[in-house]
Amino acid sequence: MTLVDHSTSPDLVGPPHSHGPRRDAAPLLPDPEPVRVLGTEAAAAFDPELARDLHRRLVLARRFNQQATTLTRQGRLAVYPASTGQEACQVGAAMVLRPQDWLFPSYRDTLAVVARGVRPIDALTLMRGHAHCGYDPYEHRIAPLSTPLATQAAHAVGLAHAARLRAAEDPARDERLVALALVGDGATSEGDFHEALNFAAVLGAPVVFLVQNNGYAISVPLARQCAAPTLAHKAVGYGMVGRLVDGNDALAVHQVLSDAVEHARSGRGPVLVEAITYRLDAHTNADDATRYRSAGEVEAWRARDPLTLLDAHLRARGLLDDAGAAELARAAEELAGRIRAEFEAAPEPDPATLFAHVYAEPTSQLRAQAAELSARLAAEAAEDPDGDPYHLDGDGFDADALTADGRGTEGLGGAA
Amino acid sequence: MVGALNAALRDCLREDPAVHVLGEDVGALGGVFRVTDGLAAEFGSARCLDTPLAEAGILGTAIGMAMYGLRPVVEMQFDAFAFPAFEQLVSHVAKMRNRTGGRVGLPITIRVPYGGGVGGVEHHSDSSEAYYAHTPGLHVVTPATVADGYGLLRAAIASDDPVVFLEPKRLYWSSDPADAEAPASRAPAAGAPAAGLSASGAGPGTGRGAREGVAPIGRAVVRRAGTSATLITYGPSLPICLAAAQAAKADGLDLAVVDLRSLVPFDDETVCAAVRATGRAVVVHEASGFGGVGAEIAARVGERCFHHLAAPVLRVTGYDIPYPPPMLEKHHLPSVDRVLDAVARLQWEQ
Ligand SMILES: Cc1ncc(C[n+]2csc(CCOP(=O)(O)OP(=O)(O)O)c2C)c(N)n1
Ligand SMILES: [Mg+2]
Repeated sequence: MTLVDHSTSPDLVGPPHSHGPRRDAAPLLPDPEPVRVLGTEAAAAFDPELARDLHRRLVLARRFNQQATTLTRQGRLAVYPASTGQEACQVGAAMVLRPQDWLFPSYRDTLAVVARGVRPIDALTLMRGHAHCGYDPYEHRIAPLSTPLATQAAHAVGLAHAARLRAAEDPARDERLVALALVGDGATSEGDFHEALNFAAVLGAPVVFLVQNNGYAISVPLARQCAAPTLAHKAVGYGMVGRLVDGNDALAVHQVLSDAVEHARSGRGPVLVEAITYRLDAHTNADDATRYRSAGEVEAWRARDPLTLLDAHLRARGLLDDAGAAELARAAEELAGRIRAEFEAAPEPDPATLFAHVYAEPTSQLRAQAAELSARLAAEAAEDPDGDPYHLDGDGFDADALTADGRGTEGLGGAA
Repeated sequence: MVGALNAALRDCLREDPAVHVLGEDVGALGGVFRVTDGLAAEFGSARCLDTPLAEAGILGTAIGMAMYGLRPVVEMQFDAFAFPAFEQLVSHVAKMRNRTGGRVGLPITIRVPYGGGVGGVEHHSDSSEAYYAHTPGLHVVTPATVADGYGLLRAAIASDDPVVFLEPKRLYWSSDPADAEAPASRAPAAGAPAAGLSASGAGPGTGRGAREGVAPIGRAVVRRAGTSATLITYGPSLPICLAAAQAAKADGLDLAVVDLRSLVPFDDETVCAAVRATGRAVVVHEASGFGGVGAEIAARVGERCFHHLAAPVLRVTGYDIPYPPPMLEKHHLPSVDRVLDAVARLQWEQ
């Protein structure tokens, strides 16, 4: 196959090697004002059932953020980067994807992962500190939450590119999948962000990059991060479409992301979406946001809380009443209770998992190290049976049970 | 060795549609060292992909391709130019299997031309193996013979784990397998095939000895049996050690030479057996010594063979300096004389 199908780029104005402008920049440019639906005429035309569905998910999402934050205070999560205030983006990102699509989240996107169907306890395993990734990426088509900023954007490109190659070889395999990569505003300064966008555009890969611009990278405001007119304008430099959306307007986020995903799916290349939003909580529970932003600023954004905005819309249109709201509140409490119950029931991490899955086949050195730790733990347990958190009963874990991946048992009580 | 590497890539591309080659100038040009010569013509530009110039982007893209079930073979143009991809390598390639509890393996081969002795100006002669070997989750292999060039590359591509495949630049143009008594120690005259800024080499090897099959990852090989002392080496320093063993015969010394081939996994068994057989050992590599692979080997041998040793394990390595300019590199690189001097210091008087 030809890799970049320029025939699908109607605005290609010259041969690829010409030195003049190779495409018309105008269709790629974002509108100067972010797309809004709430409070505009478009709101009345928006599918009421979809609006109610979004609202319900936003209510649950907010409760999730609150519950996770509480778990950090109880010491049951090592850390939680809350997405309070960004729920419209989190929920929207998960909702616009089809089952065959892939999500490439970053550390702040636990909610998007849960919204796509992962059990809360599994999505939070990283933050609990029990295992790095608690869900099966292939089962959910979600890559592990990525902490090294913007690195996952290139993975999204490679996966979408590979899917397209495979579809070209074997049309029966054509899943028309789209990969959606989530990054923050600060992460757009990283070289990997630039490289991923450039690769996506050059390869014509079906990727949507969603930048949740919450105004800060930990303490550093966007003005110190970037001098571009908007982050969405960066798209033009790569030859892809840029879109700017009000990230606190759940209806607009859904609409713009749906359009972007379908644009990519139809083979018209990648899209960069900048959603303007705000993180109402601190960067993480370990952060003190008062050191770099004023209470007044936070209050101004609280007035534009995505949940409040959507709530008002539904009530004004008669799509939500007090009884409906009470029902939703009950569902939210039920979710919170379920999360707490999942945490109660979750076992301690198994030290055997330390040595599992470093390689497909454990090396002799790893086997020896596993045996050493096992013997040490067995000795400790024998000395103090009551202090044996892993219930090893003096036997240690079975280091010999370290076996090759994908071939039988996965190490004793392995991570799988 | 170039011919053998090319043959390995070609055979893998032919046999397995999941194999994809990507990197800078790997297409029409065939790579600056010609290792991918003719592959784009035979398999198409999609399976031998000229990428934009961005090493993190190349490796990051390869990660996504591997997640979808492909077997990417990435070419880094030169050792030092692999450094921009370091974060993708260390934070994702090396860790993905472990952090996903074994669910996502990344069968990626990362080919890196490495080492000096080719007259390259700065940034073209680095030996970066210690960084890779220090990173759990990566396999690190390096062929020193034409046959291993073919066999190890096939094994790397077949591996379900990521493999950093270090290609000794100065052996690219070697055409003879380095065997026991006829070392393939040569730095050919002139005319490197567009190899950027390097200045030696005589065109691709014929690949004689290639296609001898897959060489196992994780197994060292004794290139020369001996009874007096054991030289432990790999990659570009193997020919030096074989030449040193040849020269030592004049002094009545019979040196064994072990070619590690695989730095990770490390073959303790073969190495320790070879050291115990002689009771003396010298580790030779051209990378700087401090914190290097040789330090690890010396420690491992000391821990396992202490009672068999008649002398401390010595190292002959590059100095602890940034890689020197080409007119001075001969002083930095392990030479036959430096190896023999180390052998002479193995406390023979006792
Ligand atoms: C490569 C890299 N550098 C630094 C960090 C440390 N770090 C974690 S989050 C963060 C700020 C990122 O800000 P932004 O991209 O705006 O995302 P947000 O946290 O606002 O969602 C930094 C600097 C990191 N995770 N990765
Ligand atoms: Mg931010």
